[in-house]
Amino acid sequence: MVDTMPMNGTMTDVVLRAKDCDIYYGAYKAVRDVSIDIPKNKITAFIGPSGCGKSTVLRCFNRLNDLIESFRLKGQMTYHGQDLYASDVDPVEVRRRIGMLFQKPNPFPKTIYDNIAYGPRIKGFKGDLDELVETSLRRAVLWDEVKDKLQESGFSLSGGQQQRLCIARTIAVEPEVVLMDEPCAALDPISTLKIEELMKELVQNYTIIIVTHNMQQATRVADYTAFYNAQVVEGAGGKVGYLAEFNHTETIFSDPEQESTRDYVTGRFG
Amino acid sequence: MTTVSGAADAFDAKSLKANKSSSRNLFNIIMTTLAGLCIALALVPLVLVLFYVFVNGANRLDLDLFTQLPPPPGSAGGGISNAISGTIIVVAISTLISVPIGVLCAIWLAEFGGDDTSIDEYVRFGVNMLAGVPSIIAGVFIYGIMVRPGRPGYSALAGGVALAVLMLPTIIRTTDEALKIVPQDIRWASLGVGASKYQTVLKVVLPAAIPSILTGVTLAIARAAGETAPLIFTALFSPFRFSGIDNPIATLAVLVYNFAILPFKPQQELAWAASLILVLLVLITSIIARIATRQKTY
Ligand SMILES: Nc1ncnc2c1ncn2[C@@H]1O[C@H](COP(=O)(O)OP(=O)(O)OP(=O)(O)O)[C@@H](O)[C@H]1O
Ligand SMILES: [Mg+2]
Repeated sequence: MVDTMPMNGTMTDVVLRAKDCDIYYGAYKAVRDVSIDIPKNKITAFIGPSGCGKSTVLRCFNRLNDLIESFRLKGQMTYHGQDLYASDVDPVEVRRRIGMLFQKPNPFPKTIYDNIAYGPRIKGFKGDLDELVETSLRRAVLWDEVKDKLQESGFSLSGGQQQRLCIARTIAVEPEVVLMDEPCAALDPISTLKIEELMKELVQNYTIIIVTHNMQQATRVADYTAFYNAQVVEGAGGKVGYLAEFNHTETIFSDPEQESTRDYVTGRFG
Repeated sequence: MTTVSGAADAFDAKSLKANKSSSRNLFNIIMTTLAGLCIALALVPLVLVLFYVFVNGANRLDLDLFTQLPPPPGSAGGGISNAISGTIIVVAISTLISVPIGVLCAIWLAEFGGDDTSIDEYVRFGVNMLAGVPSIIAGVFIYGIMVRPGRPGYSALAGGVALAVLMLPTIIRTTDEALKIVPQDIRWASLGVGASKYQTVLKVVLPAAIPSILTGVTLAIARAAGETAPLIFTALFSPFRFSGIDNPIATLAVLVYNFAILPFKPQQELAWAASLILVLLVLITSIIARIATRQKTY
């Protein structure tokens, strides 16, 4: 059984908690038995081979999976102790508190300015929108590159710039938790480092979960690391993902409990 | 270096020069010629129609045409001002009716149908059936509801409704497709920053699809403007100026139909001129559609 609380009592608050979660797409069980506690104001990394359900688990935390018709969750997910999937919970409220950043940059077909201003406007933001746009862009280290073309389309930017635009868009609505699904997959090493610095700065006020295939990135930014693995199921005709190990990042990378974790983090994985 | 020069020799052994008489190249040439001929054949009617209409319509293309009413049968002069404004009014009525209904229907199909897809399928099937309904049937249908004895009677409004019935399927289909082309990603992004479903559709998805929707709407308008059959049953015709949407109204298409078969030269000339104006109107709308498409966001 995987230890859901690697912090051994020293832990701060738990923001998100999954308890015995099985996740299905139709009849296909994509993830089984995930129990994990995400600590407040820390960066938690999800690592693991492709298709083991990292994105799936991540999307459950802000109920984005609701949009996939075949999706079904068995088990319990809580946010500050509230059941995220209780029938009286409004998914829109959930997503306002738990923001998401996607693997592929997905700016709106709007101007750079409106891309950032969209979320705050939706929330009924009353303050100085220009200032909010500027600070958000500055924090996403994009301001200098776009300050002269705020009225141009978000698509006029390069892939990496678009991703930073999406980061700025996410932090503009000031969520409490930011879920990042391979946010740096399309970025060059310098932008990646900038984003990592941003994450470290953000984590003082936010809780971050980041999915990454980059081991160095996990060791650089994450306080805790969860290693997911996939297992072939007899008869079910597919693989099912599960949480193999969850611990302090140093422990995962230097002295993991499981052989598969050691193999994966040292790159000896099949 | 021996291996390198050896490789080069082997490479030289096969010439890269084009061999025009090879069967592959011959086939290419024949097919290209055939395709070119077919294009020419397809363009012949188009060019001839345009040419014919221009030649015959151009000699009445004067100021009177746009300002005067049609003269009594047999007498010369006059114009078709009431038919020009009439076509614009009827088409405007049909657009005002069909665009909101069509776009909202498509939004429901593309964005909200979701859970019960079978209803979507029935609606889509129905829309496709409606698209195949001959225009004269749309006219008879509206005649039955709005015109026949005991009902309000012939009117611009009835004409507009009949055209709206014809425009509706085009608008629903193009909008449905335009919405579906908008990448799923940006819906997720919008929901991800805390927007509700309807905020997402109205503020992100719809604006992204607007150029394609406009194209569909303009094409529907262009088609409706040229329809004659449904208007004969509904808007009828009027030799007078516009006098309210509850009265019969002149339209270009019906004017062409009425005047072309009269045995008087001036009326026939007016029919040609009206054809030319109609063609130009449709052409302009299509060009607008073209320009709208060029600004595609996706
Ligand atoms: N929308 C969906 N519908 C059906 N099955 C899905 C869907 N999304 C993911 N899956 C399945 O769930 C499993 C886990 O997918 P997921 O995207 O969570 O993996 P991942 O760990 O994020 O992989 P990667 O590292 O490649 O992004 C896969 O087998 C995938 O085929
Ligand atoms: Mg993924």
